[in-house]
Formats: sequence, C-alpha cells, structure tokens
Amino acid sequence: MKGETIDDAAIRMATADNVVTALEDLPAGRAFSVDGETVTLVEPVEFGHKFALTALEPGDTVRKYGEVIGTATEPIAAGEWVHTHNVVSTRGQPGDDGGEGNSNGTGETDLNGNDETEGEA
Amino acid sequence: MSERAADPREFEGYRRVDGRVGVRNYVAVVPVSVTASAIAKAVAADAGTGVRALPHQMPLSPSDAARTQIESVLEGVGANPNVAGALYVALGTEDIAAEELADAAAETGKPVETLAIREAGGTEAAVGQGVDLAETLAETARKTRRETADTSELIVAMECGGSDATSGIAANPVVGDACDRIVEAGGTGLISETPEFIGAEHILAERCVDDEVREKLLSRVERRERMADLMGVDFRGAQPSPGNQAGGLTTIEEKSLGAIAKGGTTPLRDVITYGNRLPVGGGFVVMDSPGYDVESVSGKVAGGAQIVVFTTGRGSTTGNPIAPVIKVTGNPKTFQRMHENMDVDASRVLEGESVRAVGGTLYDRIHDVAGGTLTAAERHGMAEFAINDLPANEVATLGDPT
Repeated sequence: MKGETIDDAAIRMATADNVVTALEDLPAGRAFSVDGETVTLVEPVEFGHKFALTALEPGDTVRKYGEVIGTATEPIAAGEWVHTHNVVSTRGQPGDDGGEGNSNGTGETDLNGNDETEGEA
Repeated sequence: MSERAADPREFEGYRRVDGRVGVRNYVAVVPVSVTASAIAKAVAADAGTGVRALPHQMPLSPSDAARTQIESVLEGVGANPNVAGALYVALGTEDIAAEELADAAAETGKPVETLAIREAGGTEAAVGQGVDLAETLAETARKTRRETADTSELIVAMECGGSDATSGIAANPVVGDACDRIVEAGGTGLISETPEFIGAEHILAERCVDDEVREKLLSRVERRERMADLMGVDFRGAQPSPGNQAGGLTTIEEKSLGAIAKGGTTPLRDVITYGNRLPVGGGFVVMDSPGYDVESVSGKVAGGAQIVVFTTGRGSTTGNPIAPVIKVTGNPKTFQRMHENMDVDASRVLEGESVRAVGGTLYDRIHDVAGGTLTAAERHGMAEFAINDLPANEVATLGDPT
C-alpha cells in the first residue's frame, strides 16, 4: 500500500479514494490541488484525520485504500472533516438502533495520546 | 507479490537439538496457574540473567476449551527456540499437569524440569528449589554457542497496538514490506488479531492458497464478529477504540484495512488456532487471536515466533519475556516523544521516503536483533505476557475453536 502525497500535507492511499488523510494539523481555508480541482478545507482537520475530496450524500460510500470504509450519515461537503460524526461502519452493528455507538468518538486527548490505549490493538 | 529477488541474510543464532534456531538463549520459568506466578517471578529474579518468568492469571480449573488453549500456550513457550531450557512451576492441584506440559516441551530435545510448590513444602522452599533448577538449566544454556543461520529459519510475528491513522499509511505498510522480504527469503511471516480483519477479510481471502484455508479464515473472522455481538459490543463504540478514533480512525473497516497491511502481499498459506505450533517451511500464516495485543503476541510466541515486530501510532512500550519485540511507529510525534521505546522510525514515509526503503531498514534491523542486538523493549526490561481466556458461554454459543 503506497500513498500519493498531496501538496506535502495530505496523503491519498488509492486513486479511487474520496477521502484523504491530513499529514499535519491543517487550518480551515487551506486549499489543495487534486486532479486539477481545488479542494478548500471548510474546517480545521487534525493530523491523521480525513477530509472529503468530493461532496457526499447520506448513504454514499466512503473510500480509503481503494476500499469501502463506511457510509456517510449526513451530507458532507468537499473539504469537510470526515469522521465518526458523519460516517458509520457498514459492519459490526448488533441490534443497530441508529447511531448511539458513536458516543465514544470524541473528547479524547491529543494525537499522541496520554490516554489508556495500552493493551488495545 | 513483488518481482524482486529473494534477499536471505545470515545471522548468528542458537541451534537447538531439534534443528530450530533461537535468537535468544533463555531459561523460561513457566507457572502452570496464577497460584505459581509470583513464585515463578521470584525464581527468575533470584536466578539471575538469562532466566525469564512468564507469569499469567489463568486459574487452577479452567473450562475444557480454555484448558486446551492454556496448555497449548504453556507448552509452546517452553518449546520456543529462544528457550534453551524450561522449568514448569505448579501449586500441585491444577487440572493441568506440569509433567505433561514438560513432556511436550521436552519433545524438542531441550532440558525441561518441573516443580510442585506443595511438594516442595511452601513458598520459600519452592523458590529455593526453583532457583537451583533454573541455575542448572542456565548452566546448560550457556554451553550453547551462536552459529550461522539465515532468514529462512526465522518466524517473525507482526503485531499492532495503539493504532492511529499513521499505522495504516506508514508503519504497517513498512512492516508488510519486511514481511514480504522474509517470506521471499524462505522464512515465515505471521499476523493475528482476527477482529482487525473485519471489513478487510475479502483481501486476505483472495490471498489464500486454497479453498480450505479461505473457509478457515472466513469462519474465524465470522466467529470473532459474532463474539462481539454475543458480548453486546457495538463496533462503532469499541472498534476502533476511543484512542484509535482520537488518532483519526473512523470505522473498523478503516482500521482493518490498515492493520492487514502488516501482512504484506504474499500468498496466505494457513490459518492456525491461537497458541498452536506454526507449520515449518516458511510462508505467510495467520493465527486466529483476539485483538488484545499482549495476548496476541503471547499466542504467536507460543506458536514458535522468535521475533515480534510491533507497530504503534500512539505509543506502546510492551515487550515479551522470551522474544525480542521491535517497535515501529509511523507517527513522527510519537517517535520524538517516546524515542527511548522505539526501534524504527516509519514516519519517514510521511516525509516522502519510500515504503520499500524503510522496509529495507526494518529488514536489516530484524537480522541485527536476531544476531543479538537488543530492542528498546529489551533494554527497558519490558516483558509482558498474558494468555487469552476462552469463557464457557462463548464456547457454548459459538463452538470450541481449539
């Protein structure tokens, strides 16, 4: 798996991907040139997090590594942060009751983590 | 698979009676149950360098399926080629017989002893006798000289813990490249952590050498997914873990696609039950294990892995009592902040260095470590060990995986 870096600040893992990963903390308004189009961040995106290259509708598949990593749950604009608040897994949802499982997605420490991730894979 | 030529490397290892090669030369002190764990630690501490304890929490009377799994791990760590001699320590009332574990480990031809705490007459007498036995085993171990071996004799286990977005885009692809190099040179590359195949199992399935292996793989992944269901776990909250999510991983599919990159691109030869012995003869193999990294590493070392390569985005310090653990991070901040705990900086990939170049650096490091260079975890005395339990309700509902 070899990615393609975009303006030295983001990486696209496969050409079919509609999201890319930030390689540094990116401010709102930062513009990227992707396949001749300009994608401008509508909000800050932290290192390691993803933003959309194209607009997505609820139910659209989100692609990274050239594979489906989830489904959009609300409209996502090009340049918007893509994470647990607007994407859900297509797998592992026993007794799915519509999205309560996302509650752990935020409120953590900084990227390097002083939290208790030891022992987690 | 890549088109490059195989690049086997030589290293100086410890040749055992059964022909296998260790990269370390330890005496293992293995408790049969939790009741012997503290005594095993005391024996290892008093017996001095080269004697390593493998304390764990398993009970005197585990369920049948759990017992099979525990026996497999305890036999396996004694049989691991990094171990020159083993001492099994029991209270003496365990359902698992120390002598049976010792007999299984002794099939490798190495010296193996047993010690029963009750027969010895209590704690102090047991520690005293244990130290004597361990020192005798260590004396034999010291007579083993390093001799030349090569990559084809290595079983290298790939693991990840504390994943973030850099794991899938930098560290795991680098490890995957090294895994390919090992397999191409005739060695064995091994991944596990089955819950982290969910959402990416179709890619591994395509790599299976035949339908039998493919069915085994898919049934093990399905079982892990149903296990989460049985336990009432919603993957959206627990996988990726809160820490993974803070690091930018959104869904289990995303985490899994990044995780399986550790296994490179070569054909998947077989799927092995947790803690069971690995096949000889090289190739890429999967062990069905939980996602909990310490248990997963312990299972692979029981399977015969001499070296572990462990990627961590968010930072992990863990090691293993009998196998060197090489820490690789793709997160530049983690590499800087936890420099003393890291062995290889895969964040160079984020700065434009090729996966293949950094994979080559890791491949070199694996052989250096095989030849005796200490890893960060070894330098810091990190020696975590844990055995995966198999709850009776899980076996009753999902069947016995052992």
